[in-house]
Amino acid sequence: MKIELLDVTKEFPVRDSGTPFTALSGVSLSVASGEFLTLVGPSGCGKSTLLDLLTGLATPTRGEIRLDGVPVTGPGLDRGIVFQQYALFPWRTALANVEFGLEAKAVPRRERRELAGHYLDLVGLTGFAERYPHELSGGMRQRVAIARSLAYDPAVLLMDEPFAALDAQTRESLQEELLRIWQATGKTVVFITHGIDEAVYLGQRVAVMTPAPGRIREVVEVSFDSREGDLRGTARFGEYRHAIWSLLREEAVPVA
Amino acid sequence: MPRPSQGAGGLALSALDDSVLDYSVPDYGVQDDSAQDDSAQGDSGQDDSAQGDSGQDDDDPPRGAPGPAAPSVTRPRPPERPGRGRRALLAGRRAVRAVAALLLLAAVWEILPRLEVVDPTFLPPLSEVLLAWAELLRSGELADHAGASLARSLAGFGLAIALAVPLGLLIGWYRPVAQFLGPVLELFRNTAALALLPVFVLILGLGETSKVSIILYACAWPILLNTVAGVKGVDPLLIKSATSMGLKPYRLFQKVILPAAVPTIFTGVRLAGAYSILVLVAAEMVGAKAGLGYLINYAQFNFRVPDMYAGIITISALGLLFNLLLVRLERRFSTWRTT
Ligand SMILES: Nc1ncnc2c1ncn2[C@@H]1O[C@H](COP(=O)(O)OP(=O)(O)OP(=O)(O)O)[C@@H](O)[C@H]1O
Ligand SMILES: [Mg+2]
Repeated sequence: MKIELLDVTKEFPVRDSGTPFTALSGVSLSVASGEFLTLVGPSGCGKSTLLDLLTGLATPTRGEIRLDGVPVTGPGLDRGIVFQQYALFPWRTALANVEFGLEAKAVPRRERRELAGHYLDLVGLTGFAERYPHELSGGMRQRVAIARSLAYDPAVLLMDEPFAALDAQTRESLQEELLRIWQATGKTVVFITHGIDEAVYLGQRVAVMTPAPGRIREVVEVSFDSREGDLRGTARFGEYRHAIWSLLREEAVPVA
Repeated sequence: MPRPSQGAGGLALSALDDSVLDYSVPDYGVQDDSAQDDSAQGDSGQDDSAQGDSGQDDDDPPRGAPGPAAPSVTRPRPPERPGRGRRALLAGRRAVRAVAALLLLAAVWEILPRLEVVDPTFLPPLSEVLLAWAELLRSGELADHAGASLARSLAGFGLAIALAVPLGLLIGWYRPVAQFLGPVLELFRNTAALALLPVFVLILGLGETSKVSIILYACAWPILLNTVAGVKGVDPLLIKSATSMGLKPYRLFQKVILPAAVPTIFTGVRLAGAYSILVLVAAEMVGAKAGLGYLINYAQFNFRVPDMYAGIITISALGLLFNLLLVRLERRFSTWRTT
């Protein structure tokens, strides 16, 4: 599914003030079907706001968002969201959490169980189906959240800093798994992060945002000849990292 | 931190302002999450040890082959359940301590009247009270009184649940309902149930109706206020998450709000259970012909002091049992609350 943002602006009313706060200003971006796009930007630059707009949980003040040419009017099962804080239902087991979206999609019970089990396997949680979220580690919870959003088979996967709260090792293993799943399923992925390494490692393109008001500064194409071995240690990776670091850094200095 | 989800259009959850219905008065046991957790830890030592093991499975082992296409995935091992022996031992030790205190109390009750430190006419030794209790039990009198009391308590309690839970859900969910009913509820909530007893008797007479009504009234408050708090306290992120999956308000209510609120509602139900017994005695002291409250009052009037204490013991035991049952039930419904 193709995503297009056309000159999207999002303003929030400010209490006791006539002028609203502009969180996003004139964002235009298009994501091809099946593409993996990462979005980096400093804290507070409007990344989550942008994701809420894509989800349909919020509406743009100006501009338009289209999915395969059709304007977004609200949330739907064609988009799966993975939140930074997992947002699992604590009274449901891992399996039942994964089933949640399938229930919303009215998949028959038997099929639901099978599918949910399959997706738990896919994220490496075989044998943890009956565990409650509070009985799982952070990394495992995030896997459940990913399985939940994959299970109802959305064409687009929207991820808001999903690995930010994890330790480096778990994060890297989940990054690899995410790429593997993406390659296997061909979904369009928009992945938000504030980690430059993560953005370069995962994205086919990296969109760099500026803070207050949030805009797209530049979109950097990322490609490697080979992803074998220690990709993060290669010179090429270092160049991308530096380029994006510089782009982010320029934003710290106010442009005259 | 969490922005109000605009998808839940028109539903006032986080928005319901507290001035309309201030539900944080402690005497009804309305608890926020942290307070709830504290109390859960206080009376459930086993839960801690049950969760203690989950930490060990946390760390994913380092990954072997790098590269995105690598098919091998290191999977966390399925866990083993914690040792039962240690838990049983801890529970046993706790039971011994609890029983020791009761035995001490019993001993004091027996000895002080016998030594005439207290006047045995007004506080007979425990053994005499127990004899009187056995006699009441044998004659069937006790069963009659307990039955009458229990029927009233359960009727009031059951009706309170049936009325207060739906009303609380409505108030928690729809802001206009809260705004409409808020002031009235505020007024009534601050009126002690027993202060209204004469009014109930005046309007509903001396029969069963007024007794059940006063119990219902007393029970309704903790349930109502906890239900409102439960609905309002649902994590907005969960609502956002569910809304993002396209859930309509009705489904959202059924699948997210209600299950999330159940533990808090149950706290209210448990408190109401205690009230149903506490208010009972007072209700039965006016115009009753049976019931434990009546027995206590009547025995005191006729100077059957041991019988009076027998009645008091019975009502305490009844309250204790009822509470134990409800605590059990509450724990069953809120296992996921322990973090
Ligand atoms: N509902 C709201 N009302 C008012 N201002 C808001 C609202 N939501 C977000 N903002 C503001 O919009 C800006 C962008 O917020 P957003 O959450 O999108 O940032 P972010 O890029 O996701 O940051 P982070 O990396 O810390 O998650 C912030 O300055 C925030 O204060
Ligand atoms: Mg954010």
